[in-house]
Amino acid sequence: MTTFTPISALIGGLMIGGSAALLLLGSGRIAGISGIAFGLLPASNGERGWRLMFLGGLLLGTLLAWQLPTLTFAPRQGFPLWALLVAGFLVGTGTRLGNGCTSGHGICGLGRRSPRSLAATLTFVLVAMVTFFLLRHVLGVLS
Amino acid sequence: MKARLAALISGILFGLGLTVSQMVNPKKVLGFLDVAGQWDPSLLLVMGGGVLVTVLSFPWIQRRGRPLWAERFSLPTRSDIDRNLLLGAALFGIGWAIAGYCPGPAIAALLINPAEAVPFVLAMLLGAWLQPRWLGR
Repeated sequence: MTTFTPISALIGGLMIGGSAALLLLGSGRIAGISGIAFGLLPASNGERGWRLMFLGGLLLGTLLAWQLPTLTFAPRQGFPLWALLVAGFLVGTGTRLGNGCTSGHGICGLGRRSPRSLAATLTFVLVAMVTFFLLRHVLGVLS
Repeated sequence: MKARLAALISGILFGLGLTVSQMVNPKKVLGFLDVAGQWDPSLLLVMGGGVLVTVLSFPWIQRRGRPLWAERFSLPTRSDIDRNLLLGAALFGIGWAIAGYCPGPAIAALLINPAEAVPFVLAMLLGAWLQPRWLGR
């Protein structure tokens, strides 16, 4: 169980929004992580340079913040491998089919006032809440 | 060159933001999805903070006509809500609720919890690579 952390959530959110604004202002690109990552897959003809720089920066920024003891947490252990694989496959399939994830549709798409992104965001949040309820509260698995 | 530097700094800021907001911790994300249990609304404020910045800055940036260090803006042009969008979002939602990872935090977690993030990201890339081959045609 985790507790509500409004201050750090808001500060982190403002930083993520700032990241998206900087990428749009500097490079003219949308900071949607699934789109950036999938543009590196074989047969994608997107430019690779800026994608690699962004994802490298993402890893670097995470590692930098991880040096502050107040920001670290005990990594989850014992979560079943099959569940990680099924979840990863669904997230990859769904975000490519739906052209975006929490960042592309959620942070950037809502900022562009895109009706597609609003529909996608409401859908994945509601479906995720229902799925969570069914898995953990009805079936009693993965808790 | 400068466009790539902007991408690097933007990526760093994104990673810092995900860690500061604890969104790299899947338990924190699952706490947000657990509306019928001990609900942790933190993710809502992360999203709210992010959208606050984009909703205020994006129109101003786009009004400039072109980005600072690139020829033009590369923006989505579609505005229709079709079956693939909703089906894709729904599949993503199911996967998100199973493990508590969406693409950004999963990639960010590659170095801090590789035991979970490496298999997740590999399966995610496989799913994305296979999707046009079997679904949504």
